[in-house]
Amino acid sequence: MTRLALILGVALTGALLTPLALAEDGGATVTIHNYAYEPPVITIPKGGKVTWINKDDTPHTVVATDKQFRSPAIDTGDSFSRTYNEVGTFGYVCGLHPQMKGSVVVTPEVTAAPSY
Amino acid sequence: MRNDDHQPPPNARRKALKCMAWAGGGLVWSLVGGVPRSLLLGDAQAATAAGTFHFAQISDNHFGFNKDANPDVVSSAKECVTRINGLPSSPAFVLHTGDITHLSKPAEFDLAQQVLGGLRAPVFYTPGEHDVLDETPGANYRKAFPQKTMGDGWYSFDAGGAHFIALINVLDFATSGLGALGAAQLEWLVSDVKGLSSSTPIVIFTHIPMWSVYPQWGWGTGDAPQAFATLKRFGSITVLNGHIHQVIQKVEGHVSFHTAMSTAYPQPKPGEGPAPSPLKLPADKLRTALGVRAIDIVAGKGQLVVVNDPLELS
Repeated sequence: MTRLALILGVALTGALLTPLALAEDGGATVTIHNYAYEPPVITIPKGGKVTWINKDDTPHTVVATDKQFRSPAIDTGDSFSRTYNEVGTFGYVCGLHPQMKGSVVVTPEVTAAPSY
Repeated sequence: MRNDDHQPPPNARRKALKCMAWAGGGLVWSLVGGVPRSLLLGDAQAATAAGTFHFAQISDNHFGFNKDANPDVVSSAKECVTRINGLPSSPAFVLHTGDITHLSKPAEFDLAQQVLGGLRAPVFYTPGEHDVLDETPGANYRKAFPQKTMGDGWYSFDAGGAHFIALINVLDFATSGLGALGAAQLEWLVSDVKGLSSSTPIVIFTHIPMWSVYPQWGWGTGDAPQAFATLKRFGSITVLNGHIHQVIQKVEGHVSFHTAMSTAYPQPKPGEGPAPSPLKLPADKLRTALGVRAIDIVAGKGQLVVVNDPLELS
């Protein structure tokens, strides 16, 4: 009984912590699967981070269309992160399979709601 | 016996088929009175005829690849090296048309050096997009395989009466969506061929196909037409490339295009399936899709004999 409670406790803590951790840094995840970025368009606030996770059997990369950055090869199971500090829409492609396209929409920073 | 007047003897077809069984498919490209013609290689001995200059091509080793399509790319690459070393006519050199490694990692280049170092003939390299994934694109490649080059790595040399041109079309692959040569390389090409006689056979070797095999998968070079405009006065142009892991050959005017087999794994036919993923064949079929290529230049005839040599016949 104690053991079950422990397992449940660990599982619950994990389930609660993961989305909170992502929310705190404004991060978002793009999954690479079947030679596509999912979602192809992702919106984050200024200063937010995007993490690409490769779930394909093939390596992929992330190369900014405006050539501002290029990731190293992201092999199966690996990930790559990038923080966006400017507002705008930023396109990217895969450096190995340029038919794969995506974009990151960076919105102005969310300010705290005014208190009355 | 060589079929010098290009009239097939009565039993040419039978001979040609026999030859294809030996070679896996060979074609003779020739120029007769300025008109390019192709013949099935009618005589296996053609490749060893006196007065020919021999070289070989190897491509797409993908050292570091370890997925199901071929968990042991080192063994198949070693076998291809042995195959080239054992060609009936020793090649003067080997052209490597890129994707030496899978992820441009130093350890992968180390492995490549060890295996390709087994080739007895000197090797001339041009990189694939898999070789320029490091932080400074191509730094690990240039360290492992230093060569005397111009600009971003293009170069040329003369051998066997032909002019060989190594072009790089992978440095702007991502943002252009296709292979790209770029203005500086195209400008260099103009000056490189300026002093050559129009009868000089031109052999281009590069990674991505120089014609639109399947642009949706990036299987083409966007500014290749500009390169061919520069070369239009030449009567014989042969383009050897890798990238698509399969043999596709085509003649367009005075240009013959030959994409090569990989030594690592095959890829689907152009547009077949959703993506150019590594193709997993039944275990007993893999060796029929991997291999190398032997090429002969027939002296004084502007002829190139291109013979594809799989590890195992299908």
